[in-house]
Amino acid sequence: MQLTLKIWRQKNASDKGGFATYPVNHVSKDMSFLEMLDVLNEELTEKGEDPVHFDHDCREGICGTCSLYINGKPHGPLQTTTCQLHMRSFNDGETITIEPWRAKAFPVLKDLVVDRGALDRIIQAGGYVNVNTGGVPDANEIPIPKTIAELAMDAAQCIGCGACVAACKNASAMLFTSAKVSQLALLPQGRVERKTRAEKMVAQMDSEGFGACTNTGACEAECPKGISITNIARMNREYFSAVISSDNL
Amino acid sequence: MSWVTKTLKSTLGRKLIMALTGLFLILFLTGHLAGNIQLFFNDGGQAFNIYAKFMTSNPIVKLLSYLTYISVMGHVAYSIMLGQLNKAARPIGYAQSGASTNSTWASRNMGILGTVILVFLAGHMYSFWYQMHWGGIPTVMYGTEEYKDLYTVVQLAFQQTWMVALYVIAMGFLGFHLSHGFSSAFQSLGLNHVKYSPAIKAIGNLYCIVVPALFAAMPLYIYFTS
Amino acid sequence: MILDSKIPAGPLAEKWTKHKFNSKLVNPANKRKYDIIVVGTGLAGASAAASLAELGYNVKAFTFHDSPRRAHSIAAQGGINAAKNYQNDGDSVFRLFYDTIKGGDYRAREGNVYRLAEVSVKIIDQCVAQGVPFAREYGGLLANRSFGGAQVSRTFYARGQTGQQLLLGAYSALSRQVANGKVKLYPRSEMMDVVMIDGHARGIVTRNLITGAVETHAAHAVLLCTGGYGNVFFLSTNAMGCNVTAAWRAHKRGAYFANPCFTQIHPTCIPVSGDHQSKLTLMSESLRNDGRVWVPASKENSEKLRKGLIKVSDLKEEDRDYFLERKYPSFGNLVPRDVASRNAKEVCDDGRGVNETGEAVFLDFRDAIKRDSKAVIESKYGNLFDMYKQITGEDPYEGPMMIYPAVHYTMGGLWVDYNLMTTIPGLYCLGEANFSDHGANRLGASALMQGLADGYFVIPYTIGDYLAQTPPKKVDENHPEFAKVAQEVKNRVSQLLNINGKKTVDFFHKKLGKIMWNQCGMARTAEGLKQAKAEIKALKKDFWADVKVLGTNEELNLSLEKAHRVADFIELGELMIDDALNRNESCGGHFRVEYQTPEGEALRDDENYAYVAAWKYVGEDQEEELYKEPLEFENVKLTQRSYK
Repeated sequence: MQLTLKIWRQKNASDKGGFATYPVNHVSKDMSFLEMLDVLNEELTEKGEDPVHFDHDCREGICGTCSLYINGKPHGPLQTTTCQLHMRSFNDGETITIEPWRAKAFPVLKDLVVDRGALDRIIQAGGYVNVNTGGVPDANEIPIPKTIAELAMDAAQCIGCGACVAACKNASAMLFTSAKVSQLALLPQGRVERKTRAEKMVAQMDSEGFGACTNTGACEAECPKGISITNIARMNREYFSAVISSDNL
Repeated sequence: MSWVTKTLKSTLGRKLIMALTGLFLILFLTGHLAGNIQLFFNDGGQAFNIYAKFMTSNPIVKLLSYLTYISVMGHVAYSIMLGQLNKAARPIGYAQSGASTNSTWASRNMGILGTVILVFLAGHMYSFWYQMHWGGIPTVMYGTEEYKDLYTVVQLAFQQTWMVALYVIAMGFLGFHLSHGFSSAFQSLGLNHVKYSPAIKAIGNLYCIVVPALFAAMPLYIYFTS
Repeated sequence: MILDSKIPAGPLAEKWTKHKFNSKLVNPANKRKYDIIVVGTGLAGASAAASLAELGYNVKAFTFHDSPRRAHSIAAQGGINAAKNYQNDGDSVFRLFYDTIKGGDYRAREGNVYRLAEVSVKIIDQCVAQGVPFAREYGGLLANRSFGGAQVSRTFYARGQTGQQLLLGAYSALSRQVANGKVKLYPRSEMMDVVMIDGHARGIVTRNLITGAVETHAAHAVLLCTGGYGNVFFLSTNAMGCNVTAAWRAHKRGAYFANPCFTQIHPTCIPVSGDHQSKLTLMSESLRNDGRVWVPASKENSEKLRKGLIKVSDLKEEDRDYFLERKYPSFGNLVPRDVASRNAKEVCDDGRGVNETGEAVFLDFRDAIKRDSKAVIESKYGNLFDMYKQITGEDPYEGPMMIYPAVHYTMGGLWVDYNLMTTIPGLYCLGEANFSDHGANRLGASALMQGLADGYFVIPYTIGDYLAQTPPKKVDENHPEFAKVAQEVKNRVSQLLNINGKKTVDFFHKKLGKIMWNQCGMARTAEGLKQAKAEIKALKKDFWADVKVLGTNEELNLSLEKAHRVADFIELGELMIDDALNRNESCGGHFRVEYQTPEGEALRDDENYAYVAAWKYVGEDQEEELYKEPLEFENVKLTQRSYK
């Protein structure tokens, strides 16, 4: 296959940046999208040009490091991560546009690499159960209905890649935040602190500069792990009932 | 900052206002439709005019109407605030967008749809609501009582082709706005459940077609029957 | 130096309890006077950082990722073992200990492994309390599945994403301490060296991957939780960023490296499809429960298959060789990982591989689908089948999967004593980065167990013993040693940037990987290893003369990052060769062709090689010195593993 890549290049956070166009030949249909970029980078390096920087690590769709907004969609045309996207999803001769995640809360660091630290700070605001190591009850002490455990697992699958933010027209992080709020609100271990958690995580999400949810459902449609927006509804419930009834002023 | 203002300033709080005002306006629309359906009665406008008078004089209706004004203003004001916030959340946009594959057009363009509806609303209120309250419109007698003949005003208005066209188009916009707004309001309130959400969706889909269609049918009916 | 493992005396079951009691304590008020550096935020690192911060220590946690949650622990699929005996099927701490020692082909310490089994039960409690959504039965209690190398059901799991859920649990505990101000987090910071003062580890030098700033950090103790080094083979199931740099730098400062040649090759991975391949993807071991492994019985048919002259369906039953079932009738397709891998290689070397490269065997579900229906197979393995289809573009419901072994885990690592301390006082090593618990082969679902055991339940006790003997005076970052090591790091950076050669970093990495895979992979010979050693020496020379590293230090520079890592991999590769050459026996993942039974099975030499080989770095381009820590077995009887 032969392709033309239109890639966002930006030297650093303060650089204005712009698109550059690169032809790539010798692309096989069995390559993953990132391997195709590896090929480009080897060529660029050999020519003495700065390779295209992009985030990636596990390349098996679970670490959430890879990003890339490909042809107008986060992680490209399939509902999967960029590392699991293969070139057979593209046509010979195609021009592919690659952009970084775009959000105020995700500043571009270089080329296609963005800073997603805001998501960590949302978790730090309350995405945990306040238990120390040791001194916890036996794992089977509190039975949890299978359906509840499964629902919690559905939400817990979030890989924190930020595709939801990238896909949302408002750059909202509701799906990400709600996945954690939901997981812990469903489980008895997390219910103890559910009110404070919902309040704090929402406040942190807002202060990071993410947009609001307008329920377009784009996040759910693009989420590589298929996290459902029912979690957003659950977070809304959790939040409203928390602010009405909690003791936090 | 008190917990109330803090909540109402949060993204979720703002969405709550949007949802509550939106749902109230949906209720209003339903009531408005129920009343105006009397335009279809073949009684020379008697039922409609009696109803119109009732609507301007009953104290409970007055209270409801103030709630409606507040809802409209709240809905508009918060949508502007949210719109600005959402715009600021993505200062640099994408060069290429594939959004059409992951969301409906209406859901992404509620602001545009709402703005058109707002402009229409201003014209609509000038044409009828203002005329009813303060305009010099003819009167009719039913029994011993005198009524403002809003029916005739309506009849005259909808004999103009452009007016009818405007109303029909505006109802199209309303339909699209509702196609997303109806179920979205429930989602914002946190009401999403495997058992009930499909029903909410279905009712929303029905509502966003039937209600605007019935509203649009009124000018068309008048246009073609008079 | 005599390697002192510090295994406490006394009965096996009482060692850890006694040791905890005998360890010195730091009083609660004093804990806040101690600083601890944790490098790496995977299962071991995140759990250690969180637990130590909870105790009151000041922790600085470093990761080269953008977030602690990205560490490769996240990719573990199957599950985590624990001797809970919830299934009432005869499990016990001793049985888990026994299975692990045996699975490791008797090359691990009894004391360490017993402790691992002992604390395994607490790990599950801890994770559940954190909100890890383990799979459950309808009654609401925890579910278990079985895994290789055990006859009881003791593996806890969260769908096929157990590692993810456990890491997110540890990450949440870590995040909580970040919020509490007890952990300071340094993302996108790569450790470049250890700083030693008076023979003790007292800090590290890092490079900020965004700005290139070389920074120094002082502490009373340093914990390396930096994972395995499987990427020395270039192609492995490890993440792209996995590297040996932190451990290797510590090694060069005096930490001994133990059993470097013990690598685990996992049998069920998706085969290499071409030169462009950057990594290999694992398909869960559980597939071997229902899939049958085979190749054509004749070379001719394999050749025709490769050329596309015949289809899989053209091969009749008698044309197929179900080689695992044929050779190991009692275990069949469920032989341990090392045995399955080696046999796949054997048939491919015999010219009977089935894909274009000739390096793949079939994993066939035809009979299982016929027996149980497609729906049953789908419910068991649906996500794996989908993943396979996504990567290869072929539908495993229609035809057989193709699989081939790939490097997956490294049992070797920095030598540590019972306290997890390396040979450098104050420098600890946890998780896959150390060598301690898996011997020559790791059982499935034990890596997660070890990482969390080390972090949650071992280091919080053992580090106190060291710190209690260290004055709580703040370590002075202005000590000349910090500036000196920082300068050395800067020099190395500029050296790499100034070579201006012609070959890319990946060129060297791929070349190294080929040498290692061919000579130090699934089957090793003295001759091949010697040849490989010469090749690596030449490669190292070539690297430092002709590598091309672009850009500057003061920016996000992926090729510079990679160059550092590959330079260390090359040196490690040579040590692995030395270790493989030294170990004149076959055990677990280490198979020396010269040492096998008449049936072609691994032949251990307990008389001469029942020891841990710990290597000491003595200087640039000098042969490393070997130190032996004898392994003593008081509670298990050493036997030849048989799966016939």
